[in-house]
Amino acid sequence: MKTKHWLLTIWVLIVFAVHQDVWNWMNAGPLLFGMLPPGLTYHLGYSVLAAITMALLVKFAWPAHLEDEAPEDKQPPTSKP
Amino acid sequence: MIPAIVVFIYLGIVLYVGLFAFRKSTGSKEDFFLASRSLGPWVFLLTVFGTNMTAFAILGSSGLAYQRGIGVYGLMASSSGLIIPLTIFLIGTRLWSLGKKHGYMTQVQYFRDRWECSTTGTVIFVVTALMMIPYIVIGMMGGGHTLEELSGGLVPYWLGGAVVAVVVMLYVFFGGMRGVAWVNALQTVLFLCFGAIAFYLISRNLGGYDRIIAEIAADPKDSALLTRQRISPQEFFSYAFIPLSAMMFPHMAIMCLTAEKVTSFKRTVVWYPICILLIWLPSVFLGVIAAHQFPGLKMGESDDVILRLLSGNTDVIVAGILGAAIMACVMATDSQIMALSTMFSQDVFAHYGGTKRYGDNAQVWMGRAFVIVIAVVSYVLALALQGQKSIFDLAIRFGFSGFAALAPIMLAALFWRRSNKWGALAAVLWVVACMAFSWWLQVHSNGLAPKPGQPPVPIFAELGNLFLRTPSNVTVFGYMPVMFMCLGSALWVFVVSLLTRPPSRRTIDKFFPQPKTTQIPAI
Repeated sequence: MKTKHWLLTIWVLIVFAVHQDVWNWMNAGPLLFGMLPPGLTYHLGYSVLAAITMALLVKFAWPAHLEDEAPEDKQPPTSKP
Repeated sequence: MIPAIVVFIYLGIVLYVGLFAFRKSTGSKEDFFLASRSLGPWVFLLTVFGTNMTAFAILGSSGLAYQRGIGVYGLMASSSGLIIPLTIFLIGTRLWSLGKKHGYMTQVQYFRDRWECSTTGTVIFVVTALMMIPYIVIGMMGGGHTLEELSGGLVPYWLGGAVVAVVVMLYVFFGGMRGVAWVNALQTVLFLCFGAIAFYLISRNLGGYDRIIAEIAADPKDSALLTRQRISPQEFFSYAFIPLSAMMFPHMAIMCLTAEKVTSFKRTVVWYPICILLIWLPSVFLGVIAAHQFPGLKMGESDDVILRLLSGNTDVIVAGILGAAIMACVMATDSQIMALSTMFSQDVFAHYGGTKRYGDNAQVWMGRAFVIVIAVVSYVLALALQGQKSIFDLAIRFGFSGFAALAPIMLAALFWRRSNKWGALAAVLWVVACMAFSWWLQVHSNGLAPKPGQPPVPIFAELGNLFLRTPSNVTVFGYMPVMFMCLGSALWVFVVSLLTRPPSRRTIDKFFPQPKTTQIPAI
């Protein structure tokens, strides 16, 4: 695996890990815009982080070879009952 | 009644779009079941997202937030925002490539070839088809509840469910996958707008959320809703396994086969987390607001709190339009009916010689007949189960956990050439056994279930904290069973595959072709 792919894998694992924000568990404040508790604000940001992560994967690890592996001539499945 | 009339007009539009798709149909089986593999990037994004958003995305999530607070967003939505696009990126693109290359229309066709075994595919077909039924029933229930609430009880639950069943059945029957895709794209646009509009209008009528949130924070009974006090860290962690279900849901996997090019997936994986945010954040937030507005509702009763908020805080026309948006979410059941029909006609009818004997046209009509059967059976179940279980619980227990636990099988098939039919079969049997045991434990411990906010109770005192009962679930050492089901499934497929004969060289070469190398000509 290339260094680029290793770095992306580590990045994805870090993003997965930071989902467990135990430090926000019992905090009801301070409120963002006077209405969003920290536990909700954090996960709102997490959703944006997930989108950025996916954009990085698309940019640097896109499986472009799959387009070449899929010719137009389709064969029916071969297994028999 | 006016909001219900607006919803009926919306249902008419949906029906028209679905029937219009019928006019564009070429009549071939690939066109009926996969829209001729022709969906472009935007329609593909809207369709895939709409397919995966069901009644619980709005009704279930707000109902659960009513009971358990803002943590519901982190519990299900933000983890799904990472895991689901990741599985589409890793699995969906590869399924698309295999479908295009070998002509597959379902996962089971691929599994049968990949593992050189018809029986393993049949077992997976039966298990996944059975697990899909509750998911479709949820859609019918959601439709019944929505119309009943919006009409102020004038359209009873049974009639609302019947209307949804008939509308969905008609446009799936005629439009096939193209009808489903177009309707889903329209519905997704509608319910993506829903959140922002509902959020703004309800806020305006209530005089601003900051005042209500301050009241909730000051109320010792409700203040826990602004924290994760009613969700344990173990439960929060183990819920992250649930979104693995996405790519094992037949409707999601089949939808991936409809893309025109692999590049159609790019927009989907990047925008998916944002789409989830736009739906779930307002739903969860409004669920918490509803807990302050309509206190004292039990599990199951709280599934319609968002409808109560709409009815009480917007004028009738707007409530109708927003109700139509909720209906759009509820009616994601169309792609599930389409998927079951595709599976039946491909994995049973065609596989056992029906197409060879009677032709492609007969296969398409067989698929259409199955659409009717599924819609009728699901409607009858929705009537029989009315009021017995919360929508969210039903989906999680019987659908999501099982599909999530089957994900290691898909990963093994795609990425581990040594995996074989025995490993896959062992994993499937493990999942079935776990689901049956969880169900038994759930029923056995119903009398022990604590009230929301109270600590879990040991089911068997002599086993300590091994099996605990929470207000709505059974846990294992505090973790959701889905976590152990997934890990066990991965272990079974790994160990049993290693202990048994690997797939033939021909199959490995077919699914894991070596990269072409430049031949040096002999001198």
